[in-house]
Amino acid sequence: MHPAPSVIIFTTLSGLGFGLLFFLGLGQPAVTGTVAFVFYAIAFGLACGGLLASTFHLGHPERAWRALTQWKSSWLSREGVCAVGALIVMGLYALGAVFMDSQWTLLGWIGAALSLATVFTTSMIYTQLKTIPRWNMELTPVMFLSFSLAGGALLAGAESLAPWLLVIAGAVQLAYWAKGDKALENSGTNIGTATGLGDRGAVRAFEPPHTGSNYLLREFVHVVGRKHAQKLRMIAFVLGFALPLLLILTPVEGVAIKHVFAALAVLSHLAGAATSRWLFFAQAEHVVGLYYGKR
Amino acid sequence: MTELPNSTDRKMGLVIDLDTCVGCHACVISCKGWNTENYGAPLSDQNPYGGDPSGTFLNRVHSYEVQPSPCSSQPNPAAQLIHFPKSCLHCEDAPCVTVCPTGASYKRAEDGIVLVNEDHCIGCGLCAWSCPYGARELDLAEGVMKKCTLCVDRIYNENLPEVDRIPSCVRTCPAGARHFGDLGDPESDVSKLVAERGGMDLMPEMGTKPVNKYLPPRPKDQIEDQIDILAPLLAPVAEEPQGFMGWLDKALDKLPGGAN
Repeated sequence: MHPAPSVIIFTTLSGLGFGLLFFLGLGQPAVTGTVAFVFYAIAFGLACGGLLASTFHLGHPERAWRALTQWKSSWLSREGVCAVGALIVMGLYALGAVFMDSQWTLLGWIGAALSLATVFTTSMIYTQLKTIPRWNMELTPVMFLSFSLAGGALLAGAESLAPWLLVIAGAVQLAYWAKGDKALENSGTNIGTATGLGDRGAVRAFEPPHTGSNYLLREFVHVVGRKHAQKLRMIAFVLGFALPLLLILTPVEGVAIKHVFAALAVLSHLAGAATSRWLFFAQAEHVVGLYYGKR
Repeated sequence: MTELPNSTDRKMGLVIDLDTCVGCHACVISCKGWNTENYGAPLSDQNPYGGDPSGTFLNRVHSYEVQPSPCSSQPNPAAQLIHFPKSCLHCEDAPCVTVCPTGASYKRAEDGIVLVNEDHCIGCGLCAWSCPYGARELDLAEGVMKKCTLCVDRIYNENLPEVDRIPSCVRTCPAGARHFGDLGDPESDVSKLVAERGGMDLMPEMGTKPVNKYLPPRPKDQIEDQIDILAPLLAPVAEEPQGFMGWLDKALDKLPGGAN
C-alpha cells in the first residue's frame, strides 16, 4: 500500500491524542485549572490534528460530514461518529476541569470509552479488508489499541502503568510483524486464484494492461520502501519502545530533568510509532498486485 | 444506504470467454469512450501525451502466460497465452458497498448493479482498497470513485436501437468474447453458457460472490507430426540445375577453387 503521509499522520497522532484523552477521562492525572488546560490542549491538538490530516487525502473534503451517516455498515463511518462523540464529551469534561475546577466522573468515563472506541474503530477500517492479508488479522486492533494506551500513558505521566503498557505494545508489535510476514502466503490467494487459471499450470503476468502506471499501481503496489524494512523495524522498535522505557525507568534527581526525560520519551515513542505506521502501510500487500505479477 | 440488499430481483452481469478473447483491447477503448461522454464524471487522463501518461479506466485487459507442468503424455507442454479482460464483477457480497462511509456506493435491488452516487462520494478510496479485483479507480480530475456501471445508461435506454441496449464493451467485442445477461435466471443464455463451459469465479476465497463469470480456455489442439502444412509445397522442384544455369554451374565448378 502507498504510505500516504496523511493517513500515517492521522493514525499516529490521533492514536496518541485519544490515548491521552482516555487517561484524562479516567482522572489520570486528576488535573484542573491551567495544568489541565495544557494537558487537554495537547490531547485535542493531537486528536484533531490527526483527524484533520486524514481529510487531506479525500477527493472532496467538503463532503466529509456525509461520512457520519453510514455507521450501521461502515467502520469508517463508525470511526467518524466515535471521534466526534469522544471530542464533544471530552470537550465538556475538559471545560469542567479547566474552568470549574471539577471532575465530572461519569462524563469522563463515557469520554474515555469513546476515545478508546475511536482507536478501535480506526483499526477496524484496516482490519476488515480481506484484500490486504497483513491487515486482516486479530492482532491489528490489538496493535492500534496497545500503541494508543502506551503513548497515552506516557503523555499522561502515568508512571506506574506506562512501563508495562510499553512492554505490552512492544511485544504486540513483534508478534504483528512475525505473523504479518506470513499473512499473504497463508491467505491462499495467489495469481492462480486471482486469474482462475492456477490449476492449468504456472501463471505468469505476461503483459500489463497499459505500458504506463495507473491509480491501482500507485495506491496498492508500493515496493520501493520494503527494501529497508528490517532496518526500519529496528528503528521503530528502539525508538518506539526500548528508548522510552529506558528514559522513564532511569532514576533521575530533580523535577525538571524528570520532565525533560519524559518529554524525550514521548518524542522518541512518537517517532517510533510513526515509523511503525509507515511500515504498516508500505509493507502491506494488496491482492490486486497479483494481477500485475507484483505484490 | 450502504447496506447490501438481501437479494436482488435479477443479477445482471457479464460472462467473459477467455477462450475467445484475442486481447485486442477494443472493449477498453469503447468503455472509455462511452463512459467519458455519458454517465457521471468523465474518465480523465493525466499527462496523456507526456512521458508518464495515466488515466482512469473501468475495464483493463491483462495477458497471462500459463505454463502447464510436464506429464507423461506431454513431456514438453507449450505455454499458453491468455488475454484477460477485467472490470467490476458486480459481486453479490460486494465489500466496496459496505465499507462506504457516506452511502455513495450502493447495489441496486432490482438488477444487482453496483453504482456510485458521485454527488455523495468523498473520494476516500476505501472502496477501492476493499475490492480484490482492482475494479474501482479514483478519478484524479474529479476526485470521485469511478467504476463499471454495466452501462446502466445503455441497457435500459429506449432512445437507442434495441441491438445497442447492451454494455458498450459487449457491443464492441469483435470476437464475441463478452456476453451480457441475467445470471440469476438459470434459463438465460448467459446462465446456460456458464453451466455448459464451467464458468468460474475470480478469487472465490474472498467471499465476494461475483456475478460476472469467466469461461476457462479450452484445451489447445495437439499437433502430432507435421506442423507446417505448406512445407511440402515449398520443397525445391528441380534438384539439379538445367539449361543455361546447368552450364554456368559446371563452368564455375571448373574455375580455380574447385566444385562445392
